[in-house]
Amino acid sequence: MECTISTMGCNASADYSKHKYNETAIKATVLIQRWYRCKRAQLEVRRRYSLTIFESIEYADEQEQTQLSNFFTFMLEHRVHRGEVAHTSSGSHVSPDADSYVIEYEKIDVPDSYRGPRLSFPLNIAHAKALLNALKNRQLLHPRYVLQLLHETRRLLKEKPNITHVSVSYFKEITICGDLHGNLDDLLLVFHKNGLPSEINPYVFNGDFVDRGKNSMEILIILFVFLLIYPNDFHLNRGNHEDYILNMKYGFTKEVLKKYKVHGMTILYHLRDIFSWLPLATLVNNKVLIVHGGISDTTDLDSLNLLERNKLKTLMKLPKLETDRKNQVKIQGIPLGYPELSQWSSHPELTEEERKQVLDILWSDPKKQHGCNLNRRRGAGCCFGPDTTEQLLKKYNLKMLIRSHEFKLNGYDLTHDGKVITIFSASNYYEEGSNRGAYIRMNPDLVPRFVQYQVCTSTGKRKNWERVKTIEQSALQTLQERIFVHKQKLMDTFAKYDCNNTGRISVSDWAAVMESVLQLKLPWRTLKSRLVKTDPDGNVDYMSCFYYMDTARPMHQVQPTLVETLCKYRKDLQVIFNIIDEDESGLISPDEFRKTWKIFSSYLGIHSHDEAIDKLAQSIDYNKDGYIDFSEFLEAFHVVRKLENKAA
Amino acid sequence: MMGRAGICKDGVIAEIEKKITEAFEVFDRDGNENVDVREIGSIVRSLGCFPTEAELHELLAKVEEEEPTGYVHLEKFLPVMTKILLDRSYRPIPEDVLLHAFEALDEKKSGYITKEELVKHMTEEGVDTPSSSNPVAFMSAYRLEHFPGEPFTEEEMEEMLSSALDPETNAVHYRDYISMMIVDETDDLPQ
Repeated sequence: MECTISTMGCNASADYSKHKYNETAIKATVLIQRWYRCKRAQLEVRRRYSLTIFESIEYADEQEQTQLSNFFTFMLEHRVHRGEVAHTSSGSHVSPDADSYVIEYEKIDVPDSYRGPRLSFPLNIAHAKALLNALKNRQLLHPRYVLQLLHETRRLLKEKPNITHVSVSYFKEITICGDLHGNLDDLLLVFHKNGLPSEINPYVFNGDFVDRGKNSMEILIILFVFLLIYPNDFHLNRGNHEDYILNMKYGFTKEVLKKYKVHGMTILYHLRDIFSWLPLATLVNNKVLIVHGGISDTTDLDSLNLLERNKLKTLMKLPKLETDRKNQVKIQGIPLGYPELSQWSSHPELTEEERKQVLDILWSDPKKQHGCNLNRRRGAGCCFGPDTTEQLLKKYNLKMLIRSHEFKLNGYDLTHDGKVITIFSASNYYEEGSNRGAYIRMNPDLVPRFVQYQVCTSTGKRKNWERVKTIEQSALQTLQERIFVHKQKLMDTFAKYDCNNTGRISVSDWAAVMESVLQLKLPWRTLKSRLVKTDPDGNVDYMSCFYYMDTARPMHQVQPTLVETLCKYRKDLQVIFNIIDEDESGLISPDEFRKTWKIFSSYLGIHSHDEAIDKLAQSIDYNKDGYIDFSEFLEAFHVVRKLENKAA
Repeated sequence: MMGRAGICKDGVIAEIEKKITEAFEVFDRDGNENVDVREIGSIVRSLGCFPTEAELHELLAKVEEEEPTGYVHLEKFLPVMTKILLDRSYRPIPEDVLLHAFEALDEKKSGYITKEELVKHMTEEGVDTPSSSNPVAFMSAYRLEHFPGEPFTEEEMEEMLSSALDPETNAVHYRDYISMMIVDETDDLPQ
């Protein structure tokens, strides 16, 4: 195809000039179309690899999370004991009984000045509509009603079996929704498109209602309200995020504590119990199995049906606490310095086999290849192949498996020859414009119909390329943080490939190092131009990627590896400090900081000298009043992209 | 281990193949080395090529299965795409050529194209010409081997307008538009 526009030679036709113009116009048009289609495709590719970045880092993150879960459990337990909820005199850690619930919410006064929705039980559809309206307008439901709602919800959930059986008829199609992750707008959009729940409009919500999004609490309130109004036609499955350990890292705990400053901990405490009472699976017409994650080659529905699901408050392994002769409580041999915990006993748990059954249901992912192996990507559950699916469907005479748990660009996906469906209902999950959400409508033919949607934010219809740029920048920011955190290891590995110390290595070697050190399978050659400088002869200046990033507040006087560690665990430290900070002042004393850091770092096996920590504490005591504003402190460890080329 | 720039031919081809595989994998969501045939266009373009729709169809004919399954396998795509990159086919369009193209549509040379004019050009199916009765004359007159139009779908048109159209004048000021789109590319690090 020629690139240039030129007029052609003379042709003595009467409408030559018109022809001449038309030919030029056509060629020009085709050229512009060709150019535009290319731009558009390149934009789509940028969006795709940005999502790949987000996904890879998300799963790598989840894997690391399981390590710290023990530590968080301990910290939260400690706070609960010291703080608000005083239960039985024995001090042992048991589930709150019905009496303590009633006493709690009844004691709470609702002032006249409260303009939000007031609930009365039993709830009806009018309450639900009023509530939807109020929550849509970002009003907060009063904690008294929240606690009362939780009390009633728990009472109802206790009666439900582990596997809910549901029938679908021609007058009663069923709707199945996947992960919502705190996206209230998506839930409202689904209700708008598909109608509110009712006896003739049943719903199944397949877990992961909370974490990540900003309105997890509101979603739970709405779901529980409909559950109470239509107990036979509204069904919830537990997801892996209905777990107080994950909630501490992925945002739900923080959201609740922020919205409910006085009663937040109580609400969380009761929710921990309620999550464990959520049913594990739903079976439609005895043919379609709906679980949050997936299955494994050892999945046994009979076993699942019988186990005591409420004993699994968390699916993460709890720490083994030891008490020594001096009645000092230790965790992994490290004294904790919190003597009051000596009375703490761990939760009564299920057998390892039972725990595995539930873990597999809530954490597994399907894979293309045959076989069933441990899910290393997530650190929990399995990866199950089409043969595993076939085996299970045959064993229980089922037609298909519907699950969620994985991000899907179009809101849904089919695999294993259409026998496994993934349904994901959180649109714009990573960023505005990142993906669609979807839900399933099913009639007695058990043929799923998919409905897709995407929430448009009120900030007006942004241009596509602007949205893609935002997504891309956000993804690159996340990636750079990870690169920064692994700086030392990266530099060491690069050096091995660069024997002559030229500061340059081949593209091939650079890509190999990035992938192996960061443990992320990404299109490195495509991303290269965004991350490093390349020479005219095609070699990569591997140090250049570090020139463009630094912590928000440069910390030259601090040990670099310490800085890296603080960047890596920034979010985790926030969680810990929040827990310590009982008066919610946002400040901690240098002593508490040192003590906590010591426990944390010894738990992780990080060695840093006391002087390094002290120096750090001093350098961040900006007001010089002896207290550390820990949010400000942690902000300093945000990895940012610098615009000018600054020598490292 | 010494890092080398791929100076020998094998090295160059190996690098190209890796680059193609990477781009392919961005669209291969299942990890089983095939992609939906409709994504091939995006993959080719992400590798810096600017084919027309017609050229893309030609390419697809080479990489599709004998019995079209709707999927394209990496093993078929790789050699075809490697050759395209080595031959430097479907080169990008220089900025000045693009500008000339827009100017060609701007009859009055006013510096802008109205929304109606642009839509008409981009979405027109064929060409309004009296010599359609004489196909030979028609073809030779336009010196085109393929059907002249590659019209935009409604979606493509809407998208282009959303970034190109100045809402105040309801026209496309093409010089500004081109500058904007070119700048957008340079999110790369300063080289």
